[in-house]
Amino acid sequence: MKRLDILIAGVGGQGVVLASDIVGEAALAAGYDIKKTDTLGMAQRGGSVISHVRIGQRVWSPLIKEGEVDIIVAFEKLEAARWSHYLRPGAIAIVNNQVVPPLSVNLGNERYPSDEEIINILRQWTDRIYFVDGTSRVRELGNIRTLNIFMLGCVSFFLPLKVHIWKNTIFQHLPSKIQQINITAFDQGRKEIRNVHL
Amino acid sequence: MAKVIKLLSGNEALALGAYHAGVRVAAAYPGTPSTEILEYLARFEDIYAEWSTNEKVAMEVALGAAYAGARSLVSMKHVGLNVASDPFMAASTTGVNAGLVVISADDPGIHSSQNEQDNRYYAKLAKVPMLEPSDSQEAYELMAYAFDISERFDTPVLVRSTTRISHSKSVVEVNRHRAASVSQAGFQHDVGKYVMLPVYARLRSPLIEERLVRLADYAETFPLNQIHWGQRHLGVVTSGVAYQYAREVFPTASFLKLGMTYPLPQNLLRHFASQVDRMIVIEELAPFLQESIQAMGIKVTGKEFIPRIGELNPDIIERNSHTAGLLVGTSPRQIGAAPELPKRPPLLCPGCPHTGIFFVLSSVGQHLKLPGSKGKVPKESKLIITGDIGCYTLGTYPPLCAMDTCACMGASIGQALGMEKAGINSKVVAVIGDSTFLHAGIAPLVNAVYNEGQITVIILDNRTTAMTGHQEHPGTGISAQGKKTRAVELERLVRGIGISDVKVVDAFDMKALRASVRSSIDNPELSVIIVRGACSVHMPRRTEPRAIDTEKCNQCGICLLVGCPAIQSENEQVYIDTALCVGDTCTICQQLCPKQAIAPQSKIEATKSS
Repeated sequence: MKRLDILIAGVGGQGVVLASDIVGEAALAAGYDIKKTDTLGMAQRGGSVISHVRIGQRVWSPLIKEGEVDIIVAFEKLEAARWSHYLRPGAIAIVNNQVVPPLSVNLGNERYPSDEEIINILRQWTDRIYFVDGTSRVRELGNIRTLNIFMLGCVSFFLPLKVHIWKNTIFQHLPSKIQQINITAFDQGRKEIRNVHL
Repeated sequence: MAKVIKLLSGNEALALGAYHAGVRVAAAYPGTPSTEILEYLARFEDIYAEWSTNEKVAMEVALGAAYAGARSLVSMKHVGLNVASDPFMAASTTGVNAGLVVISADDPGIHSSQNEQDNRYYAKLAKVPMLEPSDSQEAYELMAYAFDISERFDTPVLVRSTTRISHSKSVVEVNRHRAASVSQAGFQHDVGKYVMLPVYARLRSPLIEERLVRLADYAETFPLNQIHWGQRHLGVVTSGVAYQYAREVFPTASFLKLGMTYPLPQNLLRHFASQVDRMIVIEELAPFLQESIQAMGIKVTGKEFIPRIGELNPDIIERNSHTAGLLVGTSPRQIGAAPELPKRPPLLCPGCPHTGIFFVLSSVGQHLKLPGSKGKVPKESKLIITGDIGCYTLGTYPPLCAMDTCACMGASIGQALGMEKAGINSKVVAVIGDSTFLHAGIAPLVNAVYNEGQITVIILDNRTTAMTGHQEHPGTGISAQGKKTRAVELERLVRGIGISDVKVVDAFDMKALRASVRSSIDNPELSVIIVRGACSVHMPRRTEPRAIDTEKCNQCGICLLVGCPAIQSENEQVYIDTALCVGDTCTICQQLCPKQAIAPQSKIEATKSS
């Protein structure tokens, strides 16, 4: 593997930072060099959150250049479109089918883009767009906070890291009470992406 | 020792590096992006770590500990060093005894600050050495050097990080461990060194100059000032995270990476310059390195094409280097523009105890207009609201729009008094959080008592330092290391300095909030309102969420003006996201709804089914 540049995007509170930490730890466990960085803005919750994760033999900059992202994992649809200009041609976009309207949309000052518009924005860069129903799947599981691990299950399908490394890393980084449900969420994510991908 | 490989953030690496270097006392006030340094240190039981009331106090605590023979560390964000600059300059003058390391985490790009400043100039101002890591490995390693340099040269050492160093994770080979402490604390009486009366301070000045000369000598062989030879057509001098970006953009160039950026290694720079056809400096923010190198008479460029403001990234360096003709043989990459989409700024959380009071201030001040409502916004508001630094600064954004100023920690109170003394017609209200009040609000409030201010000061007491991630403070009664301690009671404190109109109000009681604001602004005397309600992120358990009875709701939109992220609208119908609503503790929207259309979810469902 030459290098893999991954963006994980979402809304504050969706668990983006933990997800990117786990990708980083799993890549380290598999023997790669890894750098990752998060941009959160100033508040705890509600704003756009973006994590850059870079895996390879040797990584210099923690920030990925525009137009060079190999995979984007978006926990929310608008956030998938927001970072589309970072994608390289033919990149993989995994997009959770969830809408979290920003306040300006709630107040009627701006309009949330339609699914078609979001797809068209992403299509400028790539046709490999996979929508997954993460939010409803983890709601069925009984813990909406496992969405981030579900999304890792989806992206794991495209990464050269073995499943046991992923699962060990998830075990190591989550409290024992929620380990099992997150492993289930991970498996469901892997299953989901196979269904939409093949 | 066995090789241990870890993925650490810059802040974790700084903390672990300090721990392994034998730090015994650490003090800080929380501030993005520096906060985690003390949080990590506080976990070690064989260190004393404290949240100090502010950075000046933290610096003094660390300085005192260093005088008494303990390796000490103080960490802060860039503007924290402004607050701590007085004891910082003093520390440079007296020198230390055991090592003292000062970490300043700058915030290029202003991710979470009120300004952008380049704290490298503080090293030059204070005439102290400065180290800059370029990744977590160096952050870890530099701490050992920092303490050694501090003791060897009898000086505080400034370690300068930035957001992108502090908040990036990279691989660290942990190659040291903490040695068992052998030294006992002890203080040697020495007025010539520690008592800065003019007569003694004057004697320190030449010692500081001489120290600087010795440090510049040391810089020539400092192990983390490194040359990486590549092709000789281009030589890049750089430091910090800019080094990583530059490596990415100029993969074949030669590099002089400076781990010590003050004082600079003049001979090393001359040698490097003599070996390359063209020398450039890639540095974030000010031309700090460039101007110093130019002052040596060495030909170098940098800020002619690298911006002086904002955070750098590989894209900016690549684009601007193309324009400057530095990337010959390659053509600029065609990058698509970012799509135009609704922005998603940070918001006050669902159940935030600041929301209610801002709604009241906004409507009393008439900033707040209902969507589609007619009539002019008054030119001069009935209320001027001077703000401060914290989550509550988000009250500036629509729909609350309840803040007129925000400058720096504690400024709200002094500014409010100044406006009143200037003679404006409006009543002035200062809004300040509990942690910020204890940090820098007490002195200006005493000043307002002394100078007979007529302002109202609203202390938003959410029982934590929320914005930086919920650190304890003197009002919470819990120490940085989790021990129960004595809590400072805000109401007793403000009464104690002579304020008689002091009200304590529940942050979620809209009627009481409105009544107290009206009464305080009508009072011609100095008044304080303590608005008390726990931060919603701290709330142990969520109770039954609220829902909207669509039969009763007439779409007036008042609940949307609360700005609560849980209240959303789709297809012209307002609804509450039950996963976000905190339930019984808040109920602000329920209290405000003129149609009584908001109630606990089960109640709404019961009416629907009946």
